[in-house]
Amino acid sequence: MELGPYILLASLEGAVTAAVLALTAVGLALVFGVMRVVNIAHGEFFMLGAVIAWWVAQTVGGHPAIGFAAALVIAPLAVGGIAAAADMTILKRLNYDPERTIVATIGLLYILQQLTLMTYGPEARPVEAPFNQRIALPWIEHGESGWQVIWPWGLGTTSYKLAVIGAACVVLAGVWLMMARSRLGLVMRATQADRDMALAFGIPVERVYALVFGMGAALAALAAVLIVPIQQAHYLMGADPLLLSFIVVIIGGLGSLPGTVLAAVLIGLSDGIISVFFSPTLAKIIATLLVGLVLVFRPEGLFGTRRR
Amino acid sequence: MLELDAISAGYGKAQVLRDFSLSVGAGEIVCLLGRNGAGKTTCMKAIMGLLPLMSGRVLLDGQEVSALPAHHVPRAGIGYIPQGRRLFAGLSVAQNLEIGLQARGSGRDTLEEVLELFPRLRERINQRAETLSGGEQQMLSTARALCLRPKALLLDEPTEGLQPSMIEAIRQVIARMRTAGVAVLLVEQRVDAVLSLADRVAFLENGRGGAVMDAEDLRADHSIVDRYIGV
Repeated sequence: MELGPYILLASLEGAVTAAVLALTAVGLALVFGVMRVVNIAHGEFFMLGAVIAWWVAQTVGGHPAIGFAAALVIAPLAVGGIAAAADMTILKRLNYDPERTIVATIGLLYILQQLTLMTYGPEARPVEAPFNQRIALPWIEHGESGWQVIWPWGLGTTSYKLAVIGAACVVLAGVWLMMARSRLGLVMRATQADRDMALAFGIPVERVYALVFGMGAALAALAAVLIVPIQQAHYLMGADPLLLSFIVVIIGGLGSLPGTVLAAVLIGLSDGIISVFFSPTLAKIIATLLVGLVLVFRPEGLFGTRRR
Repeated sequence: MLELDAISAGYGKAQVLRDFSLSVGAGEIVCLLGRNGAGKTTCMKAIMGLLPLMSGRVLLDGQEVSALPAHHVPRAGIGYIPQGRRLFAGLSVAQNLEIGLQARGSGRDTLEEVLELFPRLRERINQRAETLSGGEQQMLSTARALCLRPKALLLDEPTEGLQPSMIEAIRQVIARMRTAGVAVLLVEQRVDAVLSLADRVAFLENGRGGAVMDAEDLRADHSIVDRYIGV
């Protein structure tokens, strides 16, 4: 195979990473943007989503699609509920103090991780994809008889991977619509702009916070349900999404949703391409280096606005 | 009628306001005067429930609003125009007003009335709040509070940093609110800006209430003001 098809293949793998990363990172950005809370436990909500997806698929049985569909609904709701409860019982009592919430979410990270180890165990378990046809992709090549379409061996993807990309786009569009057009989004943006004034104009800020924290976690869980047929559920799987989400949120501009999505595509694609041609470790090194550069030369992120 | 019944408030353990009592009747403008740090803004925040009361009560038409959670205070009918405008940045003029309308479920007719008072805002209805000029921002901050159809209105230094024509516009709106039967509590540093407008003046000194007198008397004898404010 020549270089061209290789790059296409790597980009497709990268696009799947980018799709899942964008969902996870938007969850983190939403929580940071509205609540100014740095949620270190975000990766564990991702992990919980995958583990609950496995559990639901196991319990439901029958055709893989039924279990998967059930997991797609139940896992984000359950994880969102857990997160909202954590917000009301822990973060609210700390008055959302920036330093103390970091420590509290670190604690939450270990609690969730160890509880999963104690109940679910240390095994990595797969969830069967609801559908998984192989799709061969064509490539255009200049051969003896001019330009021709060929089907290089090994150049292909699966219908499920394309569905993951599609689903992520739909959900992200939904989040954007909610923030930009709905009454709830308006209330959330007002709370983000000025918490005290939101209170002074009748917005139940505590309820908004619980909802946002739950929503952020639910997005991570949803991303995990989408990836678990490709990656398997494991109690330590939250570390990578957490690191990458932070990288993406910082590059994109703290709390800026469009910036976060764009940075996720950038990091996801480059992660896919560099992983295929060199090594996954190099991809992480470059991404982390990029964060360093962004912090030095553009501290507000690529798309962020300077805060007062 | 807005009544403060011996309220004390502060930040953490530092008490700023001590047993301060005041009542503002419907259709009356009471001006709260005092030096920097006397507790004027603290008093406003305490009424809104943004600072917890250490003691005392706040009553609006007999209802104890200080017993309510903070986000129910505006719903009871208190509109707040804070110092420095504090608009919702990133939201348009229309959206800022929408937040005000939502608080007490006011309808389109309220919005129309408010825009009637501030025609400038109608021209800029889709502009982002932070891109408005200082005077327009003050108009928006005032309009946002009026969208609540408040029974009581709290204004914290509404004329700060405004040009005379804007100050006049704000003054006229305050006067119209009095006619409409709203209880207006006004905080000002600049005595002359409000003395002609107020019905009564209450002095605040080191967090404690001082004399409350008719604005009429002050207009006649300016030396009392000088003694309290120490210009």
